Amino acid sequence: MNLEILGISVLWTFLFGYIMVGAIDFGAGFFNAYSLLTGKQRILTNVIQRYLSPVWEVTNVFLVFFFVGIIGFFPKTAFYYGTTLLIPVSFGIILLAVRGSYYAFETYGARGHKGYSFMYGLAGLLIPASLSIVLTISEGGFIEMIDGRPVLDYWLLFTSPLTWSIVVLSLSATLYISAVFLTWYANKAGDIEATGLLRKYALIWSLPTIITAGGIIFELRKHNPDHYENIQTFWPMFLISFILFIGTVYLLAARKQYGWAFGLLGGQFAFAFFGYGASHYPYLLYPYLTLYDSFTNPAMATALVIAFILGLCLLIPSLILIMRLFLFNKEYVRGKSDHHA
Amino acid sequence: MVNDSAVFWSRVLTELTLSFHILYATIGVGVPLMIMIAQWVGFKKNDEHYILLARRWARGFVITVAVGVVTGTAIGLQLSLLWPNFMELAGQVIALPLFMETFAFFFEAIFLGIYLYTWDRFKNQKRHMLLLVPVAIGASMSAVFITIVNAFMNAPQGFDVVNGELVNIQPFLAMLNPAMPTKVAHVLVTAYMTSAFALASIAAYRMLRGSKHVYHKKALHMLMKLGLIFAVAAAVVGDFSGKYLAEYQPEKLAAAEWHFETEKGAPLILFGMTDGEEVKYAFKIPYALSILAHNNPTAEVIGLDQFPADEVPPLYIHYLFDLMVMIGMFLLFVALVYLVGKWRGWKWISSKWFTRTIIAGGPLALLAIEAGWWLAEVGRQPWILRGYMKTAEGATTSGGVDLMLIAFAALYLVLAIGSIVVLIRMFRHNPIEREIAERHVTEEGGRS
Repeated sequence: MNLEILGISVLWTFLFGYIMVGAIDFGAGFFNAYSLLTGKQRILTNVIQRYLSPVWEVTNVFLVFFFVGIIGFFPKTAFYYGTTLLIPVSFGIILLAVRGSYYAFETYGARGHKGYSFMYGLAGLLIPASLSIVLTISEGGFIEMIDGRPVLDYWLLFTSPLTWSIVVLSLSATLYISAVFLTWYANKAGDIEATGLLRKYALIWSLPTIITAGGIIFELRKHNPDHYENIQTFWPMFLISFILFIGTVYLLAARKQYGWAFGLLGGQFAFAFFGYGASHYPYLLYPYLTLYDSFTNPAMATALVIAFILGLCLLIPSLILIMRLFLFNKEYVRGKSDHHA
Repeated sequence: MVNDSAVFWSRVLTELTLSFHILYATIGVGVPLMIMIAQWVGFKKNDEHYILLARRWARGFVITVAVGVVTGTAIGLQLSLLWPNFMELAGQVIALPLFMETFAFFFEAIFLGIYLYTWDRFKNQKRHMLLLVPVAIGASMSAVFITIVNAFMNAPQGFDVVNGELVNIQPFLAMLNPAMPTKVAHVLVTAYMTSAFALASIAAYRMLRGSKHVYHKKALHMLMKLGLIFAVAAAVVGDFSGKYLAEYQPEKLAAAEWHFETEKGAPLILFGMTDGEEVKYAFKIPYALSILAHNNPTAEVIGLDQFPADEVPPLYIHYLFDLMVMIGMFLLFVALVYLVGKWRGWKWISSKWFTRTIIAGGPLALLAIEAGWWLAEVGRQPWILRGYMKTAEGATTSGGVDLMLIAFAALYLVLAIGSIVVLIRMFRHNPIEREIAERHVTEEGGRS
């Protein structure tokens, strides 16, 4: 394996991490706000807050890691994506900022403030949509080179069915992932009512997720035939992903083994996400930018890999510690005591 | 072919974001250290007041961290969105510290979450206290790494340019640039100093409002000691920064000091106004600039006459320099007077007017942070990468930057109001007297 592949694999893994923890986070914020609207917050808020509070800051770091890492390993992406994405990504940042800070305001400052809860619930739902635009653009066809500078064609972007399919997928996948995780978490907490409600949400959102995911593959046939062909060579990965999806839905429907259900869901998204990523190879931005012509110099690449390995030596034990203290600590999950500063 | 308005709006938006971010970031770097010290003192002296101090600071800190994190994410992405050409180049040379900063940030985020949610959970309080070590280290290290990136922009090295191509890239050499030691040291000590004075403002404010509780007195006394130590350190490092500038960025020092002609035995100019090259109403200290620059009253200091007109930074940075230095000196003096006064038993130390002076210290320190950064950043104009890339060459060519400026300005307004309202509510509704009373009730209830 060469350094280019190693670099993109690391970044892709972190992006996957962000999508999973981010989806749980965004979805939870939405369910929390929704439960306030429908008068069900008594059921949901406790479970959601308990999981989210100690980890809200960690989620954000996965994103920062990804965008700092991609500039480090593939500096030319700054030129292409930086120039074209000013407006869509700025909206994403604003939403993230409103959401992150209002979450903290609500949780630590003014418990039970409805306005803050709605703000972060709504913002959380729009973030996956605004950030998923980047994936759409990477498929090519929306950027034109004018005088050697990339220019994004917004009209083309917003009238394309591919764009909207990816937006719908990001929304429903967010709610689906989040609901499955929270079903498991609520079940661990022994909260029967919350488990039941979240299980229902999970089953509802499973359907649009799988339909749009399948639909996108077929839309690519017209939009980017090269990519469509590549996807077909990776068909076993997508097949496994689909089987895992069936497994999750079956376990949820049968009301058993929620931990396994979430595990299978993780597998489903991992196979789909890495299958998609691998089939995108070698392009970072079709057809202008490949992994190879944008890769950084060997000295920087080596330094980054070393920094990355040392960083992981710090991070992995810390992450295990936080999980043992909160996620997998029975007493904490069941809410016997809070110990909040 | 450069899109002039995009360059202008990109500069304004970056300045706005950074000016807003550094207020919260400075607090974010300094306060964890203060919390750690308070907790440690409380543990050593077995004094509940200091532990409560740490706990209440930590609560307020969460709110400022939240705003610091989200605006930090914003500036991180804006670097690529507004300065794509610069980041493409920087990515090849200086990506390493940027990358390391995310690890420091990660580290801090994890342990802050644990610290906040494990109050009273460990039987051994020492274990809980130790969680603050990685928080404080992570906070300071992210400041170190991000300042290294900024130092590189001031004193680029670790690469060669051959026919417009970058070759011989050495990431570690780029990090260890000459601007790095003074910048990093100055950023750290002023962040600690600012946090000490900002927290002291709160204690003083409570005392002015009539709280007689010994808790505030202990807080104020500890913070004034810390404030004095860091103010002295800031002044010493500031002096080193002057020597660095004289050696490596003479145009910044010359512009900040309105030093137009290269000369020996150069005077230091305080205050004043400039009209072209004529300086009016200024206060001149003979030989002081030569001492600041070279530790030698007769040494030669390079003036602005040595630079082409289009490479001279704006002259208004002199006012920023004055503002920063004056506030720094003033705060040092206030802390010193307070401590001497306490030691000698001067009554007026507890008077209303002196308490008000201490209250002003926090906002003034934050103002000095802003002035110092504006001085440092405007002082390297017209370069984005001194000697290699002009600011205009680094900016985006995309339209719509002005619209984004409006959107972000609205965002920062919302965040500022939100954070201030929440912080005030948090503490006004739960004064220390009440928290102590409640704690004792639960403890007694627990015993029976």
